[in-house]
Amino acid sequence: MTLSRGARLALRAFTALGLAFVYVPLFLVVLNSFNADRSFGWPPSGLTTAWWAHALDNEGARQAVLTSLKAGAGATAVALVLGTMVAFAVQRFRFFGRDTVSLLVVLPIALPGIVTGIALGNAFQVVLKPLGIGLGLFTVIVGHATFCIVTIYNNVLARLRRMGTAVEEASADLGADPFQTFRYVTFPLLRPALLAGGLLAFALSFDEIIVTTFTAGPGVTTLPIWIFTNLFRPNQAPVVNVVAAVLIVLSVVPVWLAQRLSGEATAH
Amino acid sequence: MADQTAVRLSGVRKSFGAVDAVAGVDLEIRDGEFFSMLGPSGSGKTTVLRMIAGFERPTGGRVELAGRDVTALAPFDRDVNTVFQDYALFPHLTILQNVEYGLRVRKVAKARRRERAREALRSVRLEGFDDRRPAQLSGGQRQRVALARALVNEPRVLLLDEPLGALDLKLREEMQVELKEIQRRAGITFLFVTHDQEEALTMSDRVAVFNRGRVEQVGTPAEVYERPATAFVAAFVGTSNRIGDVHVRPEKIRLDLLDAGGAGEADRSATGTVAEVVYAGPHTRFVVDLDGGGRAVALQQNLQTSSMDVMRLRDERVRLSWRAEHEFLTP
Repeated sequence: MTLSRGARLALRAFTALGLAFVYVPLFLVVLNSFNADRSFGWPPSGLTTAWWAHALDNEGARQAVLTSLKAGAGATAVALVLGTMVAFAVQRFRFFGRDTVSLLVVLPIALPGIVTGIALGNAFQVVLKPLGIGLGLFTVIVGHATFCIVTIYNNVLARLRRMGTAVEEASADLGADPFQTFRYVTFPLLRPALLAGGLLAFALSFDEIIVTTFTAGPGVTTLPIWIFTNLFRPNQAPVVNVVAAVLIVLSVVPVWLAQRLSGEATAH
Repeated sequence: MADQTAVRLSGVRKSFGAVDAVAGVDLEIRDGEFFSMLGPSGSGKTTVLRMIAGFERPTGGRVELAGRDVTALAPFDRDVNTVFQDYALFPHLTILQNVEYGLRVRKVAKARRRERAREALRSVRLEGFDDRRPAQLSGGQRQRVALARALVNEPRVLLLDEPLGALDLKLREEMQVELKEIQRRAGITFLFVTHDQEEALTMSDRVAVFNRGRVEQVGTPAEVYERPATAFVAAFVGTSNRIGDVHVRPEKIRLDLLDAGGAGEADRSATGTVAEVVYAGPHTRFVVDLDGGGRAVALQQNLQTSSMDVMRLRDERVRLSWRAEHEFLTP
């Protein structure tokens, strides 16, 4: 497509403006985590690594990181198993209500988090409490898994669609039983999709706060919740900036990796 | 005593919903034979192949391999291997790993299976590609890998599903000769599916012509071509002219200018006017409007004529002549 010189310049300017709008505030958070001025005065009066040392020493922050890692890993694991199974069912079999199932699986990512949160919170109270299972890490994992499934499902579904059934037929034709076919052909071909979907799922879970608020028990504090509760405590504010900077890195890396893996999968 | 029949189909049917893809097929394919299933797309030939491989379960009838009923067996329990239309190579494995796959899942020791895989690659003239991936090969090379991957297992029957369809004309003709050679050398029964009548005629020992889920005729290429059993076979395998009540192949008809006189040793003739002249290099196709009604096509070798000569024949009055033995009737 050819554009006039003016249009090209305008397009560039708007793109730069849009990107700046997203990334300048993020950059400020990282910069402020080194800001020597306790009240984040601008421009920074000096740079210091004191807050980083402070944050590393903070027991609450460390616990929160650990909880978030556990929740992310748990939700991703559940989503990997269930998402892959649903993708296989929808892609490989014709059955009544197939399109409905497909829609229902994808829907949670579009539902407002507050609705999912309230619904899950109530359901857990009504169903699990009488069974003696209170709100805790387990309920957070289940809550996160509801929307983590979507990324796995979408990635695996796309991969299965591209793959077709020919290579699996070829494998069976060459004498491989269904287990061997899965191990030597299907799984290796799905691996990039599983990795990409899993990393995205982990990133989604790691910075989730709304559903977490409604499904976490009193003793469970994930990193986003810890940040939220400490943000307005003057003493903790510098540490919050550090934690936020860490969170940015921890979210960006999986997404970046996932994008590269999806690209590789497409190139195959 | 060894059974001389490699594949036997009895009353095999396959329905997809309300559609009968295969409507009752009986076939016997002999050991060591190059057998082709020829037919237009949708005639059921590929479905029959997939039922022999075990990918589709017949709605009715029996499939036997070497006298053993395999109708209900899974693909991995059958002594057949398939060369797929789009090759279906494993994209994540190297060429050598692709070829040794069948031996690997049967737990053949690594050194042994490597050796046999290399041997198979040599037999299809594809050496030095061991560590490449399928995506790095050309269509013709992938075709050879698919062939080696199937042949390395030394199956009793090799099923080939339009394996040359994706190749360009030159390569296709080369591969036709090569496939035939490989089949003779390996002594394996080849069951070849194609919609290309020339391919079926040049390569096969016997041909089955499929139409609408049924076999219209089984015979040697010469039988199918010279003595078609049905009007469909006559029309699908080669072209044929209907002159009066009989059919004659275009290349069996001799064409002379009406003034030139004598029809030679021919015992049948008809007169007409040349409506169209199609010059095709080695030969020319004449479309003639017959005086008795209808049109006939006559194929003449450009033995002593050039394009300039044949083009002048348009609108000329001609006599078509042929021998009675080249006529055939169809029900």
